[in-house]
Amino acid sequence: MEKKNIVELKDVFVSLGGETVLDGLNLSIEDKEFITLLGPSGCGKTTTLRIIAGFLNPDKGEIFFEDRKFNGVPAYKRQVNTIFQRYALFPHLNVYENVAFGLRVKKTPEKEIKKQVSEMLSLVNLSGFEKRHIDTLSGGQQQRVAIARAIANRPKVLLLDEPLAALDLKLRKDMQKELRRIQRQLGITFIFVTHDQEEALTMSDRVVVMDKGRIQQVGTPQDIYNEPKNAFVADFIGESNILDGIMKKDYEVSFSGNTFKCLDKGFVDNENVDVVVRPEDVDIVPPDKGMLEGVVTSVAFLGVHYEIIVDIGGFKWMIQTTDKHNVNDKVGLIIEPDAIHIMKKSEYSGLYGDYSSYSEELDHLSDIIPEE
Amino acid sequence: MNNKGFGRRILTSPYIVWSAIFVIVPLLIMVYFALTDNNGIFTIQNLQGIGKYKKAFGLSILYAVIATVITLVISYPMAYFMTKMNISSQRMIMMIVMLPMWTNFLIRTYSWITILANKGIINTVLNRLGFHTLRLINTPGAVILGMVYDFIPYMILPIYSVMCKIDNSLLEAASDLGSNGFSRLRRVIIPLSVPGVISGITMVFVPSVSTFYISQKLGGNKTLLIGDAIEYLFNAGPDFYNIASALSLVLMVMILICLAVMNKFTNEDDGGVII
Repeated sequence: MEKKNIVELKDVFVSLGGETVLDGLNLSIEDKEFITLLGPSGCGKTTTLRIIAGFLNPDKGEIFFEDRKFNGVPAYKRQVNTIFQRYALFPHLNVYENVAFGLRVKKTPEKEIKKQVSEMLSLVNLSGFEKRHIDTLSGGQQQRVAIARAIANRPKVLLLDEPLAALDLKLRKDMQKELRRIQRQLGITFIFVTHDQEEALTMSDRVVVMDKGRIQQVGTPQDIYNEPKNAFVADFIGESNILDGIMKKDYEVSFSGNTFKCLDKGFVDNENVDVVVRPEDVDIVPPDKGMLEGVVTSVAFLGVHYEIIVDIGGFKWMIQTTDKHNVNDKVGLIIEPDAIHIMKKSEYSGLYGDYSSYSEELDHLSDIIPEE
Repeated sequence: MNNKGFGRRILTSPYIVWSAIFVIVPLLIMVYFALTDNNGIFTIQNLQGIGKYKKAFGLSILYAVIATVITLVISYPMAYFMTKMNISSQRMIMMIVMLPMWTNFLIRTYSWITILANKGIINTVLNRLGFHTLRLINTPGAVILGMVYDFIPYMILPIYSVMCKIDNSLLEAASDLGSNGFSRLRRVIIPLSVPGVISGITMVFVPSVSTFYISQKLGGNKTLLIGDAIEYLFNAGPDFYNIASALSLVLMVMILICLAVMNKFTNEDDGGVII
């Protein structure tokens, strides 16, 4: 059975204040899927969401909703609801009235409103909170009210703009599961925006990786992780060692002064390529038994595993291992064919992938991405 | 007491001393005069005597209510449309609203005489065009006009500042939930601007109800408001201080009751009043 597209964006251009925010975006969103727009701040993901919601009109390009053109249809006429980054709950209304807002606008009979609101509140585990004032709720509870308020209108598409960004880690994990449950239970299309790659991978049916107003890759979380299209995607999703390589011929690639067997084909012989090796796919062996040889320059213990940096001919590799190694140890590396992923050269080549400037502290700093 | 508390006491003490000397003590003097006779002997005769001024009280309240309603009707849409404009237009209009406040209150009121008088600007223009002279000055309308003109910035400013603070995402959320422009106004903007409206009403009603200058200059001697009555009595000499104080006291109590009622309205809705 072919899946139906519920939302389609065709060649969408947006510029705000003279700056291009969306640069020819094409995206089809299937009915009832959980799709995530993922990218660093300023990549255009929130803008994409605002276009679908109707808060913003594209300068160029078309939007379709269930195959009908949607350009110029005001937000209040769209069967789309949004969960805002800071929830945007109405401070002058209590929980019940917040959830009932959309129904009241539609002049739903009082009895029906009552039934719907209590159903929605029990769906988000907030039964009994009807009379509570918004300011007396915790961040997590406000989040739930925002969800209940949006889905009380039975939208066909729910837009979620970094809804979990303000929650602490544990709550965030719980809410991830809960959103997933609600999405399955109601069978609504969810379009989720986040800069958190882990969140994107765990929750989504499909992930759209964006940068500079363009889509870099669309695919299932597994596709995105295992088969990144370019250095940007490889670097943004998880950790990667990205090396310059030469595709000798099909199934054979050379990098770091050695030639490896791989599973990739279809390149021109001797084509310059980017080679991705994930840190967890490298085996460490004694120096004389490895395909590559290097020196450990730093070791960090992360609980489940160690993260070590190995210098091989000046290129710093990140490797995750459960065995302890010490700084200045000489080690050998074994890289199996299925651990190697080959990508075509792109504008991002050479920008990412070396861990020479890596330090724990910097890495954590870069996790704190300022709000858009 | 820790250092912070000590510092705070030092910093607040000038204000406390100021308000003790210039607010509390005069109030006590007023209460003393209101409750004593010319010989300083306690009596409630002054308060019993205010019945004569029933009409002045009634008229003052009526005029103040009318003036407050008119200012509100003008100011609310104005504040609303101001928030929709770009920043530089907003600043510009703000300037225009504030500008008259830089001129002395008496001069502002006086200038209306030259506009409204029988040989004033409006009538001169009308006569030139062949119309009869309109009686504009010395009418209740002129008094109310003066009140509206003098106090309108105190209505616009609080409403505007509350409306500016309404988070745009709330309006987006409302339209996301199906609200068109009118419904957004009714369900979000108006309820959230109530505190500004309340403080605007207070700041216009209180000076309107106790004004004397506007009614004297623009209303002639036909309209005796309670503020005028108090002024006449004080000017009439020390013999009338007691009854004038009694009138002031009653007026003040009435205003306080009005404020308390309004405060109750806002407290039920949300937060406190911004006065």
